[in-house]
Order: sequence, then structure tokens, then C-alpha cells
Amino acid sequence: MLQVDSVTVAFDGKKALDAASLDVADGEIVTVLGPSGSGKTTLLRVIAGLQVPDAGSVLLDGIDLADVPPHRRGVGLVFQDHALFPHRDVFGNVAFGLRMRGDSPDAIESRTAELLALVGLAGLEERSVGTLSGGEQQRVALARALAPEPRILLLDEPLGSLDRRLRDRLLDDLERLFDELGVTAVYVTHDQTEAFTLGDRVAVMRDGHVVQVATPDDLWAHPLDEDVARFLGLANVADEKIVRPEAVRVRPATGDGQGVVERVVRVGPVVRLRVRLDDGRTLEAAVAAIAHPHAGDRVDVEIDPEGIVRFR
Amino acid sequence: MDGHRGSLSSRAWRLVTLGVPLAFLALFFLYPVAAIVERGLRGAGDAPLDVLTDPLTREIVWFTVWQALASTVLTIAVALPAAYVLGRFRFRGRSVVSALVVIPFVLPTVVVGLAFLAILPDGVERGWAPILIAHAFFNVAVVVRIVGTFWASLDPRLNEAAATLGASPLARLREVTAPLLAPALASAAAIVFLFSFTSFGVVLILGGPRYATIEAEIYNQAVRLFDLRAAAVLSLVQLTCVVGAVWVAMRLERRLTPTGQLRTEAETLRAPRTTRDKLVVGTSLGGLALFLGLPLAVLVERSLAVGDGYGLDAYKTLGRPTSVLLAAPWEAVANSIVYAAAATLIAVVVGGLAAFAAAGGRNGHATRSGPGSGPRTWLAGTRLVDSLILLPLGVSAVMLGLGLLIAFDTPPLDFRAAPWLVPVAQALIAIPFVVRILVPTLRSIDPHQREAATLLGASPGRVRREIDLPIVSRGIAVAAGFAFAISLGEFGATVFLARPDRPTLPVAIFRFLGRPGEINVAQAYALAVVLMAVTVAAVLLVERVRVRRGGWF
Repeated sequence: MLQVDSVTVAFDGKKALDAASLDVADGEIVTVLGPSGSGKTTLLRVIAGLQVPDAGSVLLDGIDLADVPPHRRGVGLVFQDHALFPHRDVFGNVAFGLRMRGDSPDAIESRTAELLALVGLAGLEERSVGTLSGGEQQRVALARALAPEPRILLLDEPLGSLDRRLRDRLLDDLERLFDELGVTAVYVTHDQTEAFTLGDRVAVMRDGHVVQVATPDDLWAHPLDEDVARFLGLANVADEKIVRPEAVRVRPATGDGQGVVERVVRVGPVVRLRVRLDDGRTLEAAVAAIAHPHAGDRVDVEIDPEGIVRFR
Repeated sequence: MDGHRGSLSSRAWRLVTLGVPLAFLALFFLYPVAAIVERGLRGAGDAPLDVLTDPLTREIVWFTVWQALASTVLTIAVALPAAYVLGRFRFRGRSVVSALVVIPFVLPTVVVGLAFLAILPDGVERGWAPILIAHAFFNVAVVVRIVGTFWASLDPRLNEAAATLGASPLARLREVTAPLLAPALASAAAIVFLFSFTSFGVVLILGGPRYATIEAEIYNQAVRLFDLRAAAVLSLVQLTCVVGAVWVAMRLERRLTPTGQLRTEAETLRAPRTTRDKLVVGTSLGGLALFLGLPLAVLVERSLAVGDGYGLDAYKTLGRPTSVLLAAPWEAVANSIVYAAAATLIAVVVGGLAAFAAAGGRNGHATRSGPGSGPRTWLAGTRLVDSLILLPLGVSAVMLGLGLLIAFDTPPLDFRAAPWLVPVAQALIAIPFVVRILVPTLRSIDPHQREAATLLGASPGRVRREIDLPIVSRGIAVAAGFAFAISLGEFGATVFLARPDRPTLPVAIFRFLGRPGEINVAQAYALAVVLMAVTVAAVLLVERVRVRRGGWF
């Protein structure tokens, strides 16, 4: 449905996008994952028509969008920090796109109510957007973008400015919503959880390139190279190979042991250990248990050969 | 011990910051205004009615109102393209453009009037159209600076959001940009309206015999017809209009207060990339440069015209005494500089103290220090200073000159011949600008800095010297430069108060214009160029030290 083909954008000679390509099928959610500065936002702006590319093309339903201005593209965009219209109330924000396409007042009213109910904000029509919480603003931004039924929805780190708990809740809501509506979407984020939760496929960006596009499982199993593996949190390099942290088994030393635990951090259900081996190397291990070794403990280390990453 | 001494000197300081400006305003502003009221209403029971019902008065009030409205619309139309460019684009020389555009605003009104007299073809150089154009020339800076600065703080993504929702460029202008800009536009329009409403020098020179604002008619009645009572009544009419206009503007502004988040220029400005962008930037700024530069260039050209060629003849005659002035024209230059320097000193001292009082009440550094010293009365006092000090901006210069003349004409308060009355009047005009420049600077000082200094052992006086003064000193330099430029060009009040043998430059230029003969006009042009040069030098000096911070001065 959407084809981004070798798009290049340079700012003051520096390439924000360097021959980036991406295909999105009808009804598919593609998440774009990459560190800040990798060109994710620029990619969205090119698709929306807010940024004119220096080279390359964007096709929607097979039609080249080069000469189609942003307001005729039928592309919805949810901005990073919402960009709600401060001079309009919730209703005015959500209704904006409907008014622009010339819907009748009745149609606007019912569609707006429908959208607000969908995002869980029914009845807040007359609230000023300045008085909404961050999560509510996010929902209004989503409802506003969805209201005129865009052919494709673009989301630019929509949960980036929210705190962890709210993010997790909205993430669930988004997943349900995308499923219900069957939208086609490109979702940009630097957060692996968001990318893997929402994406039918995940596109990894680096230095203005789209380096790898794969399903979450494929990506996890076969990252393109060491860089992508490291970005995904696969940090162990042992014998020129990359080893998944969960494939590193750590047990209290039975004899002299092979190394010493340097650092212990609990990340939710998993405990991440850093072990310094006696030969000087360090290994990251992920242990899913209540009981675990402590810093300073001497340990034995074993690597499950299944956990050695094979690059694509 | 230390703390006790500190709070004592702190109380004395408050008395000075509140008392000196209040006393100055009471004597040289409120008392003269009261004198006008008294003069206007004194006499027969139906005293002011004859002036009010005179059809001529109605005609003048009507012209004053519609020309002010039309001037405001014209100014906004001329200024908006440049405001857009400054509000949306980042380019080399952007800050220079923003600085240069202020020059017309501080140019003396007589210079601007003369410049348009010089550039407009014979036959159409006087009338309502030249007045409107000259007002636009003056006030472009107000709109460009207020609206441009505000535009640069608007999030460009709001427009982009509208675009992705299907809004065409025109719809985006109507639905997003215009409503968001409305508060800045309204406040700029109010200021332009006020300045155009009370316009004097420009109207006197370009209005010809047919067109006069209330302000010009006050001068006419007082100086040409010697009818001080009619002048006083007209002053009251004007005062009522101005107060009404300010009230409407304030209500409007409150209704339009924006709720959006303001952005920094780093987030909002972009370099012009496409050919279209570059064309927009080029034509907007080029057009403005032409509009602002051409009249001044022609003024210089005309001052150098001798017969069919060019020469310095007009300048050479400036050293010779002339019957027009009872003095040599060059002496007017010296008079102007001396008066303006004195006025600057008064304005900076009185305005500076008032700014301390006005700023102190808000950020709490003055209210926190002493229990039992009546913070509530203090706060009420600072508010009083805050609003009183801005009044002379609304009350016109001519009214001020007339008021001082009426108020101080009988012993023991007979100061009509006193040489210090001119700088006092000029200072009154300059003080609102000084306060408006200094208060934001003072409020920008982080109170934590003062607290840190206090905890490190600095007494309140020491804190002011060590923390406030260094930060404010740049603001004071900027304020002094503006006060000097404004005093140099001040015409409306000075023309009442300057003694015939001690004219200032604007007064001298006006006198030359009032005499027939080519040589007089040539000398007027030459003096105008000299005045322009001195003013521009003062402004450029200011721009070198100015700190870039919101606001439009």
C-alpha cells in the first residue's frame, strides 16, 4: 500500500535520511525502531508531505505523492507532543479534519462523539485542551488523526512524553484499537517494548538507513549484525560471537569458580547480572528467579549453545 | 545586628523607590493635568459646551479617529510580511534586520514628516494619504517586533497538524495562524492606534491647512489662536478618547490571551530552503527596506541639492545666525544634545527607581524581608507606580507641554523661563519606555541568586549592588539610549516649552519650514539630516549593547 523508495533528505549537507526504503502492506502496522537522530521522524515527515525529499519517491496505492500537498494526501499524523490546537476545545480539535473535508454539522457531531468514545474520552467535548492530562491529550491527538479516516496513520513517538505506567496502559489501548479498526500504520519509537508489542513488522533505522525489516521474532532471532544486536540489548560478545543474556547460566561456584559478580540490577521480572570472568572478559546474564547471586559472589558460568546469535 | 541594619536600609530604599517617582509624577504630570482640567472647566456654567458643540471640533475628532484606524490597518498590512519572515525563518542578518527596523520608530516626527515632504511629488505631498503613509513608516517596527517575536514562539507543528488533517494553506491561515496570532496583533494594533491617534509632528507638517488631529488642534488653539481654554477642553476630549481606547484594548487582550505553549526560536525557525521560501524572504525584506529607506535617502539627497547640482551649501549656512531662530542653527544642535542628556539622566533615575518599585512587589524580594512593615500597602504602592508611570505614554506630548505651561505660569511656581522645564517634559515622555525596558530585566533575575548572596553574608544593599546592578546595568544602557533618542526628537511638548532663543533641533526645523523661501527649506532638510544622524548614532550604540530578550524595544 505504502512504498517509500530510496528517500534521501539532507539538512545543511548532513543526511537525515540516506536512501531509506520501506514497504507497508494494507492493514499492517510497521514500527520503526531506532536511536534518536537515526532519521525516524524525518521519514514520517516525508511520508506526510511535510518534508520534501531531495531524492527518492513515496507511493501510496501505487500513486506517486511527489506533487500531492500534505492536505490532499489523506495521511494522518500523531505528533510527538500532540500539537493540539490550543485555541480549540476537545471537540474543536477532533472535528477539525471533518470540517476540512466539508462534513455536515450532524455528521461531524456524531463522528466526533464516536471517536471520543473509542479513545475513552466520551463527554469531554467542551474541555479546553490545556486542562487535559498528558494521557488525555494523547488520546485526543489520536482521535483527531483518526477522525477523517486517513488511508494510513503515522505516529511519531506518541507515548514518548508519558510516564512508564501510563505508557503501558496506553500501549494496551493502542494495540486493541489498531486491531479493532484494522488501520494501516507506521509507528516510530526508540522503545523496544513499544516496537515489539505493536509492530506486525519492525523496521530498524540507523544513520538515515532502514537496515532491517522483520517480524519481532525474526528480528530477535536473527539481527542483521552486531550493531543491531547491541541495539536490541544483546550485549555479550564471547569468542567473536554474540550471546543472548538469557543463554548465560550463572551458578554459585562449586570450586574456585570462573568469575565474580560485579553488578546486580533487577529489571522487573528479570535480574541482570554482570560477571567479570577471571580472564578479564565481562558477560551479561539475565536470570528469571527470586533467588540470585549477589555482587562479590564467585560463580560458575555456562553458555547454552542455543543462545548464540546467528546473524541474518 | 547586621540583619537589623539591613532591614532599616531596606525600608529606606523602598521609601526612595516609591516616593521619588510618585513625587515627580505628582508635581510634573498629575498637577499639570489637573491644571488643564481646571482651566477647561472654569468660567461660565456651560463652559466647555461651546467647544464641544462646534462642528469644527466634531470634524477634527472624526478625522482623528478614522485616520488612526486607517493608519493601524495600513501599518499592519505593510508590516505583516516582514513579521512573517522574522517569525518563521532563520537567515544570516536576521538580528540586524530586527534591529534596523526600530530606527524609524525612534526618528523624530519632524524628520519623518520632512522626509515624506521631500519624496512625495508636488501637489500630493500634503493631505490625509501622506499622513497615513508616514504613520505606517513610524509604526512598522511596533508590528514587526511584537508580532514577529510572537510568531517565532508559535509551534510550527500546529500548522503541520492542520495540513495532515486536510487544511489547505488558506484554511491553515484562517483556522490556525490567525487565531493564534490574534493576541499579538491586537496588542500591536492598540499601540499603533494610540500613537496614530495622538500624532502631532507628522500631522502638523503633512496635514496642510485641512487636516488636523485633536493633538494638532490643541497646539493650534493654544499657540496660534491663544485660546488656552479651548486647548484645555480639547485636551480633555483627547484624554477621554485615549482612556476609552486603552480600556477597550485591555479588555480585548484579556479575551484573547493564548493558552498554547510558547516555543523557543531554536524550535520554530527554519532556513529558507526552497526557491519559493527564498523569494518570500527576499521580497518581504526588500520591500520593507525600500519603504523605510527610500524616504530617508531622498531626504539626504534633497539636503545636498544646490540648483541643478549637489553641494554642502545648506550645511555651510547652518553656522550663521538667522532671523528665523534668534540663534545660529548649529546652536540648536548643541541645545538638543544638552537637553536630551539632562532628560536622559532624569528619566533613568526616576524611571529606574520606579522600575525597582514595580518589579520588587512582584517577585517578592522586597516583600519577604520585613515582617510588620506592611507588605500589603507596599504592594498597593508598587501597583500604583506601575500604572501611573505608564500614563504619560497615553496622555499626549502636546497636552503635557500645555499642562506644564499652564501649571507653572504664576509665582511662586513660575518656571516658564526655567531651562530645566524642557528636559523634565522630555523625561516624562521617555520614562514609560525606561520602565518598560527595565522591569522585565529586573524580573528576569532569579530570586535564588539573591537568596544565595544573602546566605553568603550579603546585606540587602550589598545584594542590590552585587547581584541586581550588574545584571541591570545593560538594561540601563539600553534604556538610556532610548531615552536619549526619544528626547532628541521630542517635539510636541518641547515646542511649547523651549525658549525662542534656545530652540531644539525639531523646533528649529519646524520654524524653518514655517518660513517661505528655498534657503529656509534647504536648511530644514540639512538640520533634519543632522538630527537623523545623531538619533541613529544613539540607537546603533544601544543595539550594540542590547541583550536580546522578548519585548519589542
